[in-house]
Formats: sequence, C-alpha cells, structure tokens
Amino acid sequence: MTEIFGIPIQALMGQLTLGLVSGSFYAMLSLGLAVIFGMLNIINFTHGALYMLGAFLAWMGMDYLQIGYWPALLLSPLVVGVFGIVVERSMLQWLYKLDHLYGLLLTFGLALMLEGLFTNAYGVSGQPYSIPEEFMGAFNLGFMFLPKYRAWIIVASLLVCFATWFVIEKTRLGANLRAATENPKLTQAFGINVPLMVMLTYGFGCALAGFAGVLAAPAIQVSPLMGSNLIIVVFAVVVIGGMGSILGSILTGLGLGVIEGLTKVFYPEASATVVFIIMAIVLMIRPAGLFGKEK
Amino acid sequence: MSRSMFGYLALLVLGLFAPFLFYPVLVMKVLCFALFACAFNLLLGYTGLLSFGHAAFFGTAAYAAGHAIKVWGLPTELGLLTGVLASTLLGWAFGSLAIRRLGIYFAMVTLALAQMMYFLFLQAPFTGGEDGLQGVPRGTLLGFIDLANDLNLYYFVLAIFVAAFWLIYRTIHSPFGQVLKAIRENEARAISLGYDVAKYKLLAFVLSAALAGLAGATKMLVFKFATLTDARWHQSGEVVLMTILGGMGTVLGPVVGSTVIVVLQNELADKVGSLVTVIMGSIFVVCVLLFRRGIVGEIAALYKRMLGLKT
Repeated sequence: MTEIFGIPIQALMGQLTLGLVSGSFYAMLSLGLAVIFGMLNIINFTHGALYMLGAFLAWMGMDYLQIGYWPALLLSPLVVGVFGIVVERSMLQWLYKLDHLYGLLLTFGLALMLEGLFTNAYGVSGQPYSIPEEFMGAFNLGFMFLPKYRAWIIVASLLVCFATWFVIEKTRLGANLRAATENPKLTQAFGINVPLMVMLTYGFGCALAGFAGVLAAPAIQVSPLMGSNLIIVVFAVVVIGGMGSILGSILTGLGLGVIEGLTKVFYPEASATVVFIIMAIVLMIRPAGLFGKEK
Repeated sequence: MSRSMFGYLALLVLGLFAPFLFYPVLVMKVLCFALFACAFNLLLGYTGLLSFGHAAFFGTAAYAAGHAIKVWGLPTELGLLTGVLASTLLGWAFGSLAIRRLGIYFAMVTLALAQMMYFLFLQAPFTGGEDGLQGVPRGTLLGFIDLANDLNLYYFVLAIFVAAFWLIYRTIHSPFGQVLKAIRENEARAISLGYDVAKYKLLAFVLSAALAGLAGATKMLVFKFATLTDARWHQSGEVVLMTILGGMGTVLGPVVGSTVIVVLQNELADKVGSLVTVIMGSIFVVCVLLFRRGIVGEIAALYKRMLGLKT
C-alpha cells in the first residue's frame, strides 16, 4: 500500500476528509458568530445550543412527523431563526446599551436552559438519524473512498459560506448591513431601519447554526450535548482568526479542521487539544488574531 | 465601619455554630464554593475581567492536592499547598496569555484554555479519567487532629475560608485594590496615570487563580475525591452565576450567591434531575435582565435609598 511518512495514504486521506468535515462546521459556526458579533457586538453563547436544536428539530421532524431530510434542511433553520428573533426582541435588545459581557452571560443562560430541557426529555445518549438515500455509499476516487455524505457536508457548507460572503460584501443589502455595523446612528439617519436589520442579522446567524445542526445530524449522533463541546472549540477558532473578516473566519475554520484531522493521524493524543494549543501560540505571536485588527 | 465589622462578627458566630444547625458537609461545600466565588469576584467584580475558565484552577488544584496526598503520601497541609501551587502556576501561564486580549475575547480565551485542561485531565493517566481520583484520605491536621471527623474538618475548612476571605478583603481595600478598581472603571485612564495595567491584571489573575485553587483543593478534601466535573466548563459557568446572583463587586455577594446556589442544587438534585440545569440557566437570564446588581447589590441600593429619603 502507498505510504506517506509511514502512514497509509488511505488513512491519511480519510482523516483529511474528516478534518475538512469538522472544518466545515467550524467555518459555518464561526461565520455566524462573526456576523452576529459585527452587528450586535455580543458573543452568542447560545450558538452551540442552536446547532443542537437544529439537529434535534430535524430528528424530531423525521421521528414524529415523517418530515424528510430535504424539507428539514430548510424548515429546521427557519424555526431556529425565528427562535433567535424572538430571543432578540424579548431579551437581547435590552442589553445593547450595557457592557458586552451581559450579552455573553444571557446567551450562556439560554444555552444552559436549552441543553437542560433536551437532556431532560431525551437523555444524554445520542439519537440516530439516517443518511438520506441519495448520499448512501461512497465515491471511489482511485486512491481513496470518499463517503458521499461527507462530500455533501463540505460542498453544502462551502456554498452557504460563499453565499453569506457574497450577500454581505457584494450586494446592496450587505452594503447597508456593513454601514449599520460601522455607524448605526448615521445609517438610521439615512432612513435604513437598523433595529430591523439587527433583528434579522441575529435571526440569520442563528439559522446558520441550525443549518449546520441539520447537516451534522446524519453524520453524528443527535445528542443534547453535541453543541456545547463544539462551541468552545469554535470560540478558540474565532480567537485565532479574529472576527474582523468573513473570509478570514471561513478560512480559519476550514484550516483548523484540517490541522485537527492531520493531528489525529500523526499524534492522536493531542487531537482534542491542538486547536487550543494553536490559539495559545497565536496569542503569543499575534494577539489580535490572524485576520483581526487591533482596536 | 464599625457597623460592618459587627456584621462580619455575626457571620463568624453563625459560621461557628452552623455545623450544629445544618449538615456539616453541606456547610463545608457552601464554604468551599463561597471561597471559589470570592476569588472569582476579585477578578470580575473588582478588576472587570470576566474569566470563563476558572474551573481549570479549581479542578487542577483538586487533582494536584489529591495526587499529592494519595500517591505521594504528603501530609494534608502540604497536599493543599501543592494544589494551590499548581493552580497559581497555571494562573500565571493562563493569565499571561489571556490579558493580551480584552473584554469578550478575554472570556473566550480563558474558556478555551480551561477546556484544554479538561481534555488533558480526561486523558492523563493520574486523574483516573471518567472515574476521577477517588478515595483520597483526609489525614490529620498538624499530625494529631483527625480530619476524618466531620466536625474537626469543618473548623479547619472554616479557618481556611476566614483566612482567605480576610486576605481578599484586605486586597480589595488596599492601594493595590484601588488600582484594580481604577482599571475596571477606565483602563485607558489608568494607563495614562502611569500604572502598568498588564502587571496589575496579571497579579489579580494569579491571586484569583491561587484562591480558586485553594477552594478546589479544600473541596477535594471534604469529599475525598476529585473528578472531571470540577474542571468542566459548567463549573466555570456556575461560579459566574454565583457571583452575579449574589452581586459582583460586593464583598459579601459571592458568599450569598454561592449559598443560594449550593443549597438550591442540594434541594433540587433528586427532585427534578437534569432540570436543575434549566433552573440555573433561568436564574442566569433573570439576573442579567432584571437585577444586574445581584442580591447584595440590590439590598445595598435599597438601603441607601431609604437613608436618602430619611435624611
């Protein structure tokens, strides 16, 4: 069998794909965090719980209402987004004038509530969600087998990330959004409804987390705790990349996923901690983050 | 001033009689978490730094002290000291990294670093993984006071708490504490006045980590084990909750907050199961939305208002 650095190429490629898959999730979630942070100046701790909620909604839709994967991929983020809007209108909007830390604390409390509710209802063991029929099996690429569903996760997340980048950087709506981020008062004076944009941005960021959750559902077991461990890694990703740039978040997310995958091949013991170690190194060398601007 | 001294004395008397009124182990748990929250408050309430990773210091000290006592066979006092030393060193390392970022990033960095420690403890051979480090003997104090007796241990824990509380009180009311408050209120101005803000922040962080470690090591001694729960991020969140609920930036707030939370958890644990997390989350949300000054802060504000009306 062909080997690179004493590692069978099959295993290397397999881990590389898995790395890209987890990188896709890092990218989608850190992108959502960055979009929300840009507009609302809060770190959305609920993000992990919303990712879990998205996956659970897909599973519940399948289990209780026979709603399939494709409708769930649309409906579940929609519900999560509406949930986010309700949270923003009923709670978050009262905190904008205060220290940013209160937003973090509030969303942390919400994350605990969501996690606790689902743990109470379904226990901590995972619920299986089957891969949609279209994505059963694998592509034979000659040097490796690529499971179709993994390929789909990477493609779908890249599409969503690119679409988000395009809307924010290249459209009129995005221009208004960036203006509102830069100077909300002045933008409002030009007749743009900033509070509405803030609300929709938060809803969109939440929906993005829900979408990631549905994508993840067939790949991993749907469990109430799936979000909380992931979100802390995503925080580290955000610290490494800095939240200043959309493309920066996407690239950092994907890159760290790949690094994590490679660590699993070469030094498996460190695979859970490698992202945090990189964060520590980046903090020493470039405290503002790779794509961040020091304020 | 004399009136607040009177208040502290009354609390001390309550502390001395508490084991006869309540279950001693529960009161010891309250004291350990009160110390943990007071140490945390030094950072959040008086320096304005929100650390979301204090469980790392709590857990590290618990493991280090447990290992020192159980495996190395050190006497109890030296075991606790080993725990504090470990959390102090870790606090210095994490602090130097975390103070490079401000505000929200500071919280995320500390959370991520603490999660790294969690994974290390999960994999390290000496922690016992998911089972934890079990059956640590309490040993004796000064070689002749048997700490296996709950009442003896209680007064030892109370003494630790009072000493640490006094240290925190002195720190807050010292010139050093005034500089910390200045940094909390306006960092840029503190810099312009010539204070080496980074150094002050780091020192506050290390002190807070050391005392959080003392709390963790003491808690390990009370329960005779250290587990992953001590180092998990839920624990970091819980100490934030205790401090906010009691009132951050108040001397007694963390004590009140931790008492409420520990007693509540104790009461609810077998009644509502995993809904405890939901209740903790709801308290968080209510605190942040409705009373950000916390219990002690609100009472103090009310008291001031009443005085203002009278005079």
